[in-house]
Amino acid sequence: MSARFAVGARVSVRAAFPPGHVRTPFFIRGKTGVVTAILGPYHNPEELAYGRSGEPALPLYRVSFHTADLWRDYDGSTKDSTVVDVYENWLDDASGEKN
Amino acid sequence: MLRRHHDMGGLEAGPVDPFGPGAEHDYAPWEKKVDAILRLVSDQKRRIMTVDELRRGIEELGPGVYDELSYYERWIASVTNNLIEKGVIDIDELGRRMAAVTEAWPAGGVTEAEPKTGGEST
Amino acid sequence: MAEDHTHDHPHDHKHPHPFQPDLEDKPLTHYQAMTEAVGELLIEKGVITGDELRAMLELIDSKSPAAGAQMVARAWVDPAFKERMLDDVLAAAEELGIDAGGIPIRAVENTPGVHNVIVCTLCSCYPRQLIGLPPDWYKARSYRSRTVREPRKVLAEFGTVIPEDVEVRVHDSTADLRYMVIPERPAGSEDLDEAALAGLVTRDCMIGVTLAKAAG
Repeated sequence: MSARFAVGARVSVRAAFPPGHVRTPFFIRGKTGVVTAILGPYHNPEELAYGRSGEPALPLYRVSFHTADLWRDYDGSTKDSTVVDVYENWLDDASGEKN
Repeated sequence: MLRRHHDMGGLEAGPVDPFGPGAEHDYAPWEKKVDAILRLVSDQKRRIMTVDELRRGIEELGPGVYDELSYYERWIASVTNNLIEKGVIDIDELGRRMAAVTEAWPAGGVTEAEPKTGGEST
Repeated sequence: MAEDHTHDHPHDHKHPHPFQPDLEDKPLTHYQAMTEAVGELLIEKGVITGDELRAMLELIDSKSPAAGAQMVARAWVDPAFKERMLDDVLAAAEELGIDAGGIPIRAVENTPGVHNVIVCTLCSCYPRQLIGLPPDWYKARSYRSRTVREPRKVLAEFGTVIPEDVEVRVHDSTADLRYMVIPERPAGSEDLDEAALAGLVTRDCMIGVTLAKAAG
């Protein structure tokens, strides 16, 4: 397995809404963040949940978001951040996007 | 529905209760037993089910039941469904054993668990 | 009868009931019966043994925040250990003779500029091997829903007020890893030994909803 994204890469979370078991929370879908760590290959939970092998394993990333980017009326500090672990099949390259 | 009911990050909800009775309570023996059963059937020796299957089973209880049941009630409901699906236990023996366990319990069973009458039959 | 649990005493609500009333006095619920039945059937079928079940129950009972607190205290007095813990919690636990289990755990460190807090919005993932079973509020809808949306308000409900110039960093443990917080060492704790320092480290500060206890 080679990870598609490097630490520091800008990535966007797919705005996808499949009906079954996934581990990508609703509140980050369609949002853009930065990879802060590559956690390694992990079996695909979307397969494991249905009794299958989970192969091929997927790279799992820590993705950091500005919390103020996640909520339109966030009233905390602009410094605040939210970090979520996201499997690679949910991420798109967002290096072209300006922030 | 784009958002599934268990996926609740960001939804409005009431205050957290950091100092309520559940903050420090010990778990009931049956709750720990649920935890122990799950860990055993999902361990490296057995690999009968995964924690992912546990989660899927909990999510598939649906919004009404998910909110009605307590944490470990959701767990045992999911574990049991998974064990039935995989052929480890079957419905008939489970039903009989649950009745026997309840019969033998000093204070009997909770009556709401009995079949309701007057409902529409399908 | 040394222990009179017959419940024939008048119900005086000035005295709260114990958290664990005699369980057999209460009717068995549907899901309790399911649990007992599933346990018995698995043993009879040889899927698990009674000894394995008892050993697992003892293992669950043996897990408490003491293990996590011991690691945090060591991290406070030994910067090299802290680096190893940030790099690999399970290996660092092993150094102290702590069995942290097989599920990967990552530690995140509070600093003067960053306050970390852990939540699991999708279920209730929690670093049980190092801090025991989770409190009810951690599993409740209110905490799971609001911690990502308004973390500062949730922290305030725990009495924890984080200054505006400090970043609040929320970790949603969605996947295969569990997270724990290394809180900041409290001011005035310089003279305390490691055991006394561990006494300042609560479960809640390792979840990140509070700070470590004040020294003295």
